[in-house]
Amino acid sequence: MSILVDSNTRVICQGFTGKQGSFHSEQALAYGTRLVGGVTPGKGGQEHLGLPVFNTVQDAVDETEANASMIYVPAAFAADAILEAADAGIEVIVCITEGIPVLDMLKVKAALFGTDARLIGPNCPGIITPGACKIGIMPGAIHKPGKIGIVSRSGTLTYEAVYQTTLAGLGQSTCVGIGGDPLHGLEFVDCLERFEHDPHTDGVILVGEIGGTAEEEAAEFIRSHMNKPVVAYIAGVTAPPGKRMGHAGAIISGGKGTAAAKFAALETAGAAVVRSPADMGTTMQGALARS
Amino acid sequence: MNHTGAAMHLHEYQAKQLFEQHGIPVPQGRMVESTRDAAAAAKALGGERWVVKAQVHAGGRGKAGGVQLVDSLEAVEQVADRLLGSNLATRQTGSPGLPIHRLLIEATVDIARELYLGMLVDRGSERVTIMASAAGGMDIEEVAARDPKAILTETIHPAVGLQGYQCRNLAFGLGLSGAEVKEFSALLGGLYRLFEQHDASLVEINPLVVTGTGELLALDAKLDLDDNALYRHPDTSELRDPSQEDDKERQAREHGLNYITLDGDIACMVNGAGLAMATMDLIKLHGGEPANFLDVGGGATAERVAEAFKLIVSDPKVRAILVNIFGGIVRCDLIAEGIIQALQQVEVQLPVVVRLEGTNVDKGKALLAGCGLSIITADGLTDAAEKVVEAARGGQA
Repeated sequence: MSILVDSNTRVICQGFTGKQGSFHSEQALAYGTRLVGGVTPGKGGQEHLGLPVFNTVQDAVDETEANASMIYVPAAFAADAILEAADAGIEVIVCITEGIPVLDMLKVKAALFGTDARLIGPNCPGIITPGACKIGIMPGAIHKPGKIGIVSRSGTLTYEAVYQTTLAGLGQSTCVGIGGDPLHGLEFVDCLERFEHDPHTDGVILVGEIGGTAEEEAAEFIRSHMNKPVVAYIAGVTAPPGKRMGHAGAIISGGKGTAAAKFAALETAGAAVVRSPADMGTTMQGALARS
Repeated sequence: MNHTGAAMHLHEYQAKQLFEQHGIPVPQGRMVESTRDAAAAAKALGGERWVVKAQVHAGGRGKAGGVQLVDSLEAVEQVADRLLGSNLATRQTGSPGLPIHRLLIEATVDIARELYLGMLVDRGSERVTIMASAAGGMDIEEVAARDPKAILTETIHPAVGLQGYQCRNLAFGLGLSGAEVKEFSALLGGLYRLFEQHDASLVEINPLVVTGTGELLALDAKLDLDDNALYRHPDTSELRDPSQEDDKERQAREHGLNYITLDGDIACMVNGAGLAMATMDLIKLHGGEPANFLDVGGGATAERVAEAFKLIVSDPKVRAILVNIFGGIVRCDLIAEGIIQALQQVEVQLPVVVRLEGTNVDKGKALLAGCGLSIITADGLTDAAEKVVEAARGGQA
């Protein structure tokens, strides 16, 4: 009924005792996520939110058999935290942190290549399988267990898609925020492939934005590999070239990465593209009724 | 190539100082800020001809008259006098252009060949990538569009760094020979060290010239540094030149807001970058023109919202404001209170349309409706866009 995380996922939090880590760990616990502990170097042996604190991710994995981690450490320490999680054998690494230097991410990506670790983010809202596992900063209450997979480069725009599918009575199987940075972990294609193979996902909403070529690659995958309906929205039609629109990755450079080109690629590939972000839920309803 | 976006731009003279520190040869030159210093600099450099280069954060300076070749000290003074204090509008800046406060006075160079050399973080390959071309001195994007094969590339694995064979591939590919190949390799090594040590996101030398005597020189220099890495380079942070930045964008950054000026008359204030872009698009889709991109961030606190309103009302083009907030972790009633506080603090004479969605939305809307301020509340994205476009038109009638 989901991709990547479910009710059996055993989660730890890196940056556990910090302000962000504490707040979102409490939220995750309240949602029912199987949070089994956390890591703050130097605070090993203490207890926080009723859970054990460890000095290293390896200690946490050895003691709790954790297989997922959510990272809330400051940008200067985030690359180190991702690599520590991967080295300790964590399978799903969710990095919420915004503002990691791009040369750090370049090294992280090179180091993760060929390993089993799957990185979500950074600079993302996280991942949630409604009713089962929430890893991230998204508001749990707007979600509803259901059959739509959502994958997005943006946070609040993901919430729009979630809210609309909840109101439409469709609910969500899993929602993945892949993040707004130019160099990040899982791509649209990685998520589309998993949604296509997930028996409990009936359709996918893809929320892209200007910059890069991830949407064009997604379009190619949709054309050649997907049978389930895909509704796609791209933000940034009115964005001026050469300007970074909030997200480090959202920039049109050298005439490449425009919303128009992405819309065209997705439309040609057979996705139901929506020009208004208000139409994601209703368009998915229509697409499912036809399929 | 598709380089990564977050960047602090440096001036040419600043980039050339860093070049020199990393063994990349540049022409003899001096940065000056006054007409008198300009003539003195030219005299000190010696020779009979000089280049006077306006220091602004934009490409296309030559065609815009920002780079002048002069052959007397009087002419140096005249050109400096004309440029300093004026604005330079290039194809990249548009009107009114950027203010010229500094000039680079350089000795002239005997040019035999002009090459192009660039280094950037390429998001496609996820590697630092070098681009080189024998077609130097031209707009490299035009060269790429016309003849992609004219651009040679090498990608650098971060674990092993730049290799000698990669330098040789490029050098021979550019038609260099003999001592030039070694010189080019050394220059490229310096450039990669600079890139790594200063967390650059883009460096361009256009043109890189081969002189009549076979020396390589960086005639121009463009260097962008990764904003996100400035915390570990306090020295380079000081190279920022606020005069080259949009006042409102700088003011926004100081308050933790993300703001970009656009040409339209409908301002928007949104939480989240993606939703902020989507809101601009929605305004356009419903027949309006967005005046800005503005992301107030996740919290949308009263202080931030107040600062955002101040920014918006300082733009005389704006005729209506759309506040679009998806209340997630922060509940809508708290956000509504923040908006009301901000509107009591900042005098806003323009129509304000507010669309709230998410946790406790009904409470939030009730607060807005009962606060005594003339706020237009909207149900949903479409309703919000329609109402704000109508409000902006009403203001014009």
